[in-house]
Amino acid sequence: MLPALVDAPDQVRADRAAMLLIRHFETALLDLFARGELSGTTHTCLGQEHVPVAVSGLLGPDDHVLSNHRGHGHYLARFDDPEGLLAEIMGRAGAVCHGVGGSQHIHRPGYLSTGVQGESLPVAAGLALHLRRHRPGALACVYIGDGSWGEGAVYEALNLAALWHLPLLVVVEHNGIAQSTPTGQAMAGTVAGRAAAFGLAHTRITGTDPAAIRAGLAPLVARVRAGEPLIAEFHVPRLGPHSKGDDTRPAEQVAALPDWYPALAAAAPELDRAQRDRVARVVADVSARPPAEWTDR
Amino acid sequence: MRVADNINAALHSVLAGDERAYLIGEDLLDPYGGAFKVARGLSTRFPDRVLSTPISESAMTGVAAGLALAGDTAIVEYMFADFLTLGFDPLVNFAAKSVTMYGTRLPMRLIVRCPSGGGRGYGPTHSQTLTKHLIGVPGLAVFEMSPFRDAAEVFAEMLALAQPCVFVEDKILYTRRMHAVPHPFTASVRDGVAYVGTGEPPDLVLVAPGGTAGRAVAALHRLLIEDEIAGLLVVPSRLYPVSLDLPPVPHVVVAEDGTAGGTWGAEVAQHVHARHFADLAAPVTLVHAAGAVIPAAPHLEREVLVTAGTIYDAMVRTVRG
Ligand SMILES: Cc1ncc(C[n+]2csc(CCOP(=O)(O)OP(=O)(O)O)c2C)c(N)n1
Repeated sequence: MLPALVDAPDQVRADRAAMLLIRHFETALLDLFARGELSGTTHTCLGQEHVPVAVSGLLGPDDHVLSNHRGHGHYLARFDDPEGLLAEIMGRAGAVCHGVGGSQHIHRPGYLSTGVQGESLPVAAGLALHLRRHRPGALACVYIGDGSWGEGAVYEALNLAALWHLPLLVVVEHNGIAQSTPTGQAMAGTVAGRAAAFGLAHTRITGTDPAAIRAGLAPLVARVRAGEPLIAEFHVPRLGPHSKGDDTRPAEQVAALPDWYPALAAAAPELDRAQRDRVARVVADVSARPPAEWTDR
Repeated sequence: MRVADNINAALHSVLAGDERAYLIGEDLLDPYGGAFKVARGLSTRFPDRVLSTPISESAMTGVAAGLALAGDTAIVEYMFADFLTLGFDPLVNFAAKSVTMYGTRLPMRLIVRCPSGGGRGYGPTHSQTLTKHLIGVPGLAVFEMSPFRDAAEVFAEMLALAQPCVFVEDKILYTRRMHAVPHPFTASVRDGVAYVGTGEPPDLVLVAPGGTAGRAVAALHRLLIEDEIAGLLVVPSRLYPVSLDLPPVPHVVVAEDGTAGGTWGAEVAQHVHARHFADLAAPVTLVHAAGAVIPAAPHLEREVLVTAGTIYDAMVRTVRG
């Protein structure tokens, strides 16, 4: 079930490449917005790139991923397809969902995102129920922010997952804020306490090195596959605005947040440049495409 | 004044004039002031009565119902009308029913504000108009923001009903100016209904909710210039229950930006047929959005939503027969 182990240097390079790709992709989106070339809304995952990169390395082809509004990294860590994603966000030919879903509503076999907070937890439980019977050993992995723990559907799903021993991996991206609301103003208690209330396994992750994260998570994820759901809570910074230009945090506060990027860019300047260039090529390519067509209604 | 500022001013006046009034919703606190900035300044001025909630639509609606039940005035701000589905139980099964289901009428001053509609490229879960789902619920009234009526007056009407009211706010209006109509049209208000016309006796009446009004006026303008047909736009603030008094005209068109099937427009048509049948040369024409989810890409979104062009075409077809 687990992906084949590649030798360590290749894995390190692949992790770094993925994190850098996501970083440059998100930065490019904010640029496109600033230049008025994107419409609607888009939520970048700046500062959180390592989460899906680490998690995706533990997922196999039969596993299902449920993503949320802040899902570009989830997608790019699962599929090396910045062209399809950018085309979706820009509504151009080659869009993963023909421009219908846009940034927050993306579907591919084994992958789905939706923009309604909390909605995906029960859906993930349903997918996990299906997988347990038809693909024993596979799991449903659902990403959720800290703020979305405000939704009641989350608890109904967690209760079922625990009662029914579902292969459900809940990845919490705890970035300390939801839109403009600090977690402390929205969550009484903790994620760990809530997990404990349902008797669910919980682990807290603070690092940004995907290999180290995976080493810690792998045994727990193996237990998920056997029907013991897990809540993996990543503590991450949100380096960017909620969507675009709507950050009400003081600039000094944002500047003081930890960022993995400078160290990695310094350690791997060529890879960094290569990924930046790749994203620039993707932007140029997709921007020149005709509008997406929606024929299969 | 922009529509968003007008609603903001109305909220300020409700909270200033009524010690019992609360505003409840997500991300309301200053400096953010709500996702569309309509709540700006309120949390600073009324820190105890502007409550920013977690992402909990069901709870925020239920809490508002509890306040209303206890005699307070509760205004709920949804971030997007689409999420009303999450608060449907406390709104429909509790708040609306509570007014009458205990055998004696219980007054409930509860307003649920819903930023609705598309045109901003937010995609299928952030662009809907859910009006049709709110029609015909006992104890629930539906109102819509219109650029032709001061929101403070409409809030006063809703609160005077002492029953739960949904207030639809088309997001596209927020940045529009209040009371703006192109020459030679003028707007007037009678009994809570806005009328936009040229003063000539109209050949056609176009009924539209406030969110569609801008597109409706553009369509009427074109009808006047290109086809020399005088139309009168009728924009009721209270959508449901429907009550309209129309001048005698042979043609009536209703334009709304939701999908067809069980709609407000159908209710208006039924009402007009029953009341004005003798005057009509043809059945009322309904204009709806395409029967589809609302796509994210702007060019696809335009294919689905009601535009001035869709309304114009429907009016021409109706008049020409
Ligand atoms: C049901 C629902 N309510 C409100 C929103 C609007 N909204 C979109 S993202 C967001 C904040 C989510 O916060 P969190 O879960 O912490 O994730 P983050 O944005 O921090 O990644 C809100 C309130 C929504 N999409 N769905």
